[in-house]
Amino acid sequence: MYPALEVRGLVNRFGEQVVHDGLDMEVQPDEVFGIVGSSGSGKSVLLRTILGLQRPQAGTVRIDGSDITRLSEAQLRPIKARYGVAFQQGALYSALTLLQNVQLPMIEHLDLPAAALDELALLKIRLVGLPAEAARKYPAELSGGMVKRAAIARALALDPTLLFLDEPTSGLDPVSAAAFDDLVLYLQQHLKLTIVMITHDLDSIFRTCNRVGVIVDKRMESDTLERIVDHPNPWIQAYFHGERARARTGAARGT
Amino acid sequence: MGVEVRRSAQGVTLELSGEWGARELTDLEAQLAAVDVHAARELRIATAGVTRLDLSGAWVLREFVRRARAAGAAVSFQGELPDQLRLIDETLKDAPATPAPDAAAEASGALSAIGRYAVAFGRDLVLGLAFLGRATSVALASAGGRARLRPISIARHVYDTGITAMPIVALIAFLISVIIAYMSAQQLRGLGADIYVVDLVAIGVLRELGVLLTSIIVAGRSGSSFAAELGSMELNQEVDALTATAVNPYEVLVLPRLLGLAVALPLLTIIADLVGLTGGALLCRYLLDMPLTQYVSRVNYAISPSTFWVGLLKAPVFAVLIGMAGCFHGMRVRGSARELGRQVTQAVVQAIFLVILADALFAVLFMKMDL
Repeated sequence: MYPALEVRGLVNRFGEQVVHDGLDMEVQPDEVFGIVGSSGSGKSVLLRTILGLQRPQAGTVRIDGSDITRLSEAQLRPIKARYGVAFQQGALYSALTLLQNVQLPMIEHLDLPAAALDELALLKIRLVGLPAEAARKYPAELSGGMVKRAAIARALALDPTLLFLDEPTSGLDPVSAAAFDDLVLYLQQHLKLTIVMITHDLDSIFRTCNRVGVIVDKRMESDTLERIVDHPNPWIQAYFHGERARARTGAARGT
Repeated sequence: MGVEVRRSAQGVTLELSGEWGARELTDLEAQLAAVDVHAARELRIATAGVTRLDLSGAWVLREFVRRARAAGAAVSFQGELPDQLRLIDETLKDAPATPAPDAAAEASGALSAIGRYAVAFGRDLVLGLAFLGRATSVALASAGGRARLRPISIARHVYDTGITAMPIVALIAFLISVIIAYMSAQQLRGLGADIYVVDLVAIGVLRELGVLLTSIIVAGRSGSSFAAELGSMELNQEVDALTATAVNPYEVLVLPRLLGLAVALPLLTIIADLVGLTGGALLCRYLLDMPLTQYVSRVNYAISPSTFWVGLLKAPVFAVLIGMAGCFHGMRVRGSARELGRQVTQAVVQAIFLVILADALFAVLFMKMDL
């Protein structure tokens, strides 16, 4: 069985600036994998590379075993149908209602009758905890928390096995963020999803992630949550043992 | 793959197998529709053979079970109820399955459309007046020294709307004057009135076409860019940020644009006039074999001192109209990218309309004044 996602020897360079230099990363099926790193460490570039939005200078990115850096647009199409992405700001299509937003990937990829299209899209919307009334609204009419949920509903449109979340809890109040973490866990368990999420939110990491990859010095250090907190790298130490993290780290170790 | 039906003494057993996913949905729906639910009293469903069941697959199955139950069959699952089915049940257990119908879709008669249009028009009018009032009060405040004029910002807009528009304005003015000269030469030659070609070009370009065409080009270039710029600033909450820092957006965003354009458009008009006369001269020289000196003296004869100023006087007025339309619609963008596109379109259409309307009013006015 292939890993759900495997990145090997990734190099990303913009002119003189090297963002990734031999970055390795591996995500196993049914895992919730958290990507952590300081601002500007290249988390977003990594995600863009994995999504095929940008080709790396070197290295491979394998999703379910196929190297997406070498595939043409046409070959990428079925692979892109296997993962869903919830972007940080939602990236909902502002000209479409929420229902149409969820239906768009279905219309593009599947050949479904109109009734099934409506009901399935609505099911996805209800699944992420949004009321049915929200389906007719335009993205501009949704609150920040609803947009985040709506983005997941759209990401789930094609029933993917792999889900990418870019800072899912940023901009949410702690209560909404906790509810959002619960939603991620709920979906992961019931839909048997593999989830890769970029996050800064320590609470989120400790609540949802099995394994964590930290981008330090243009590479990634990844390990289980229990072990990564003891990694000797100073940035990782500062991240997990700083003022804001202390209470949490203790809890994770069961002390 | 799909559905296999087995009939036995106890009833009907459906053996499901293969992939049950979104991709196979249409096929699965057809297979399930072929199963005769009315014939069976007791229906058992075995899901052991299913290699993958996703939400879409589970939904199809659930719909089938609902149909079968409605037809009076007792449906049971062999072994565990699939997790995905339970998830759907849980999700849909409270609240209706279909969204409330669109309020907008209900009232779609012609009468209500007229009503909505009238209300929207009235609201636009009020908002337009409010914008005009704010812009005017800021302009008066800065004239009275109570608000700052921003020369650097104004200069930037003179550059953006004026200097960079020079090539296209010059080219269009040249082509238009050539067209007028050519068309009129063809007609007037038959009457032996070649010389009036010069009158037509000189008066036409200086009084009307120079300023009008320049304004239309500028409305397309700068009216749209004002609307798009302010609109995306509005979307990005930059306008709110200015207001929150007690900086009047009309003072820093709208006024410099209006003033910049009011400086740039007359200058562009002068260029258009010059190039237009040059184009006419070239055509007269090569098509009508009219010596350059004769052209110049005829131009001098044809125009009165006011001809040039009558044209130029209109430029700042047109500039303010274009700037107002652009800024007004830019500031009205709310919420979405589609709205941005709509307002930019509106800005350009309205700017061109206002320019032509004002030109017509000027024409009547100047006629009454015998200019």
